[in-house]
Amino acid sequence: MKKEITVTINGEKHTATVEPRTLLVHLIREHLRLTGTHIGCDTSNCGACTILVNGKSIKSCTMLAIQADGKEIITVEGLATTEGLHPIQEGFKENHGLHCGYCTPGMMMRAVELLADNPNPTEEEIRWGISGNLCRCTGYNNIVKAIQYAGAKMRGETLPSTEPEFV
Amino acid sequence: MIQCKTSKEIGGMGHSIKRKEDARFIQGKGHYVDDIQLPGMLHMDIVRSPYAYAKIKSINAEAALKIPGVIAVVTGKDLEKYNLHWMPTLMSDTQMVLPTDTVMYQAQEVAAVIATDRYAARDGKEAVMVEYEPMKPVIDPHKSLDPNAPVLRTDKPGKTDNHIWHWEVGDKEATEKVFAGADVVVKEQMHIPRIHVASIETCGCVADYDKVNNHLTMYMTTQAPHAIRTVIALVAGHVGLTEEKVRVISPDIGGGFGGKVPVYPGYVIAIAVSFLVGKPVKWVEDRSENLQADSFARDYHITAEMAGTKDGKILATRFKVLADHGYTDASANPSKFPTGLFSIGTGSYDYGTAFMEADAVYTNKPPGGVAYRCSFRVTEAVHAIERMTDRFAFEVGKDPAQLRMENFIKKDQFPWKSPTGWEYDSGDYHAGLQKAMDAIDYDGLRKEQAEKRKRGELMGIGISTFTEIVGAGPSKDFDILGIKMFDSAEIRVHPTGKAIARFGTKSQGQGHETTYAQIIAEELGIPAEHIQIEEGDTDTAPYGLGTYASRSTPTAGAAAAVAARKLRDKARKIAAYLLEVSEEDLEWEPGKFSVKGAPEKSKTIQEIVFAAYTNHPQGMEAGFEATHYYDPPNLTFPSGAYICVVDLDKETGEIKVRRFVAIDDCGHIINPMIVQGQVHGGLTQGLAPAMYESLIYDEDGNILNGTFMDYLVPTAVESPSWETGHTVTPSPHHPIGAKGVGESPTVGAPPAIVNAIVDALSHLGVTHIDIPVTPFKVWKILKEKGVA
Ligand code: FES
Ligand code: FES
Repeated sequence: MKKEITVTINGEKHTATVEPRTLLVHLIREHLRLTGTHIGCDTSNCGACTILVNGKSIKSCTMLAIQADGKEIITVEGLATTEGLHPIQEGFKENHGLHCGYCTPGMMMRAVELLADNPNPTEEEIRWGISGNLCRCTGYNNIVKAIQYAGAKMRGETLPSTEPEFV
Repeated sequence: MIQCKTSKEIGGMGHSIKRKEDARFIQGKGHYVDDIQLPGMLHMDIVRSPYAYAKIKSINAEAALKIPGVIAVVTGKDLEKYNLHWMPTLMSDTQMVLPTDTVMYQAQEVAAVIATDRYAARDGKEAVMVEYEPMKPVIDPHKSLDPNAPVLRTDKPGKTDNHIWHWEVGDKEATEKVFAGADVVVKEQMHIPRIHVASIETCGCVADYDKVNNHLTMYMTTQAPHAIRTVIALVAGHVGLTEEKVRVISPDIGGGFGGKVPVYPGYVIAIAVSFLVGKPVKWVEDRSENLQADSFARDYHITAEMAGTKDGKILATRFKVLADHGYTDASANPSKFPTGLFSIGTGSYDYGTAFMEADAVYTNKPPGGVAYRCSFRVTEAVHAIERMTDRFAFEVGKDPAQLRMENFIKKDQFPWKSPTGWEYDSGDYHAGLQKAMDAIDYDGLRKEQAEKRKRGELMGIGISTFTEIVGAGPSKDFDILGIKMFDSAEIRVHPTGKAIARFGTKSQGQGHETTYAQIIAEELGIPAEHIQIEEGDTDTAPYGLGTYASRSTPTAGAAAAVAARKLRDKARKIAAYLLEVSEEDLEWEPGKFSVKGAPEKSKTIQEIVFAAYTNHPQGMEAGFEATHYYDPPNLTFPSGAYICVVDLDKETGEIKVRRFVAIDDCGHIINPMIVQGQVHGGLTQGLAPAMYESLIYDEDGNILNGTFMDYLVPTAVESPSWETGHTVTPSPHHPIGAKGVGESPTVGAPPAIVNAIVDALSHLGVTHIDIPVTPFKVWKILKEKGVA
């Protein structure tokens, strides 16, 4: 019953033998030991497992590993390069866009696609754009700021202030 | 403006330095329980009851055991052989680990399947056949005390009803007198419904028992690792797991909010199985299991009354509570406080008479009574007092802001003795409310509302000016299972002047690795970036009661400051020796001691620490370390003034939170960025129960919304853009004047939101709506009143 599949994850080719029912998120976390992709629910609501498959953000608990055969996958571990952090990572750190960090990888992967589709989103577009990802800690204000910051950085514009407006 | 005493390089209190812990989280290198994979590790899944109340007639594991990979099915009868089938709760009640004959709530653990991988364990779970004989459950707490209700806790010898305890505080007679003679009495029934913390990481563990060394390492999602180790030793000491043989490690935690304080059966079963088979056992619950079986919060039915004069002076309050605890009292309260700190419910107002009472009952629902980002039932109390204050203002025809201003305890009345026995440390409620009113243009909003009302549009403004009570707690009153609620810090400074500090608390996202470093940086002048913070490993960290109820800053944060001050005293001695002057001739500024009047003669803290290892005065103990166990002299009383503006859609009942201004006073602020972040997050967790969340059961005890598809955690779309600010009223008894903040917004936000919605409908005669206030509830009201 097991099937051999090949996926490219963060630029590296991996071959794995999996049951047809194996979820992609389990392939990533347990077979390939990339544990930055998290699991937060069993109904595809939380988005903690979000990754990029051929450039599209996908909830990896909603896809079978065999469906990813031959595909290009990017996980949170593939965001930073030898040059340094990805702008979205920098955005989250500089703007306090995370507390416990559990939703963060999924949230960032979703934001990467959001910014690829819409490089200069409004606050409203950002809020709707991440509405498939739940965060229980931050109240979202600073996640919105983090994505705005990353957008500015990717567009090569002056970066918005990261000082808290807590006066 | 927040004043900083240290330079940016040192990064002490008041600096918004970026979080030290973020580097790993943003790069996928956080280390959570489910990330742990040990050689030979087994996986556990749990068979759960479909019924709320049933006899177990048989459990047949035959088919399950035939599934490749399944190695065992554990039942209550198996645990009974080791006397591990029951465990104590934190409130000294008892709870089944696995049942031997009866299940008491839907989703209760019935058996555990152990397998070589996750999928096999799940297959096994599906294959275990359990035969039940369902019984009529008790679901409605109001009916739980009916004389003909079945007695649920037949395991308790002599128990003849479902009553758990009665509690009361205040002066009953005096309160009755004031009520009897008052011009105005208002009364509302309110239900603060059952909700769930729903941290995005669920609960889980890896129990790793090493047979050769008779040693258990327990990796688990716990907010209180030390207390858990003690509990494990108390429960399993008789099978050889004594406290020195147990190491509890709480790795990174994906949100706690109180839900990771209790001991769940899954943990105990995993330990038992690992102990028996000598292999590591992982158990991580699904989201649905988490929502359906793990501790709930709230579920208080409150009859709230307020008495006052017709010109708007509050004279007395009276609250009567029916507390639905589910099948057992598994609240996470300090032992002497069965209702937690509910008695803070006299609020921010200056009056001297109150009476509160509560009765707790058993029902066939999951046990719990944890915080949901709240200091032991403070949210329930604040909801009652803040709703009743508005209700009273409406009755006497006064603006709710003005009525609050007239009734507030004044800042020179602190320390203030509340009628229920607390001594509020400090506060400036007038300043907070004024700041919030200015920020939101309160008068402008009231004008706008009046105009809109004329046009038939529905707009409401709601206020909540709450007093919080956190930082549990002084050892004379506060303990959990007998262990006093101090907390601890241990600081070790290495010869090169860099430090490591360890704590008895455990961050679940609050940013301790940054803020604790800032407290030490403030006191010692060592840059925060050179201070590494560790928590969560009972083998290395000093004993403490953990992180919940906004207690970390008030207790462990204080311990850090006191331990650092001990080191500063030692530094002074060493500096005097090095500079050949007497200690009194030295002056401290962050990072160095210099000679009074000769500032060029000085020693930096780094030079001093180096000397502690290389050239310390003869007769002085070498090294540079200090530990402190801080026993707070009082609780701390943060406060806040929140104002919410809502617009209601007349046709659909849809509620739009247009603006929300939150002014918090948590005393001295350690890191404004982090405090603001905590406020944002807490506000969304206040919005959640106010408008979206509640766990709903039908009359047979079936949960109707036990998954993330129908338990509505707010997304970025529901959550408004929060506007935040602060006032600073330091705590006079806390070493750094801080008070704690994590839960304030969750406590304070719901009444502000509900008050706004009720305000939008008050001209129609609406005086109260129970939370969650949904569009459907609003629409029904509008329909009834002929508006929709
Ligand atoms: S784990 Fe929740 S959406 Fe995938
Ligand atoms: S940071 Fe904790 S869930 Fe988002």
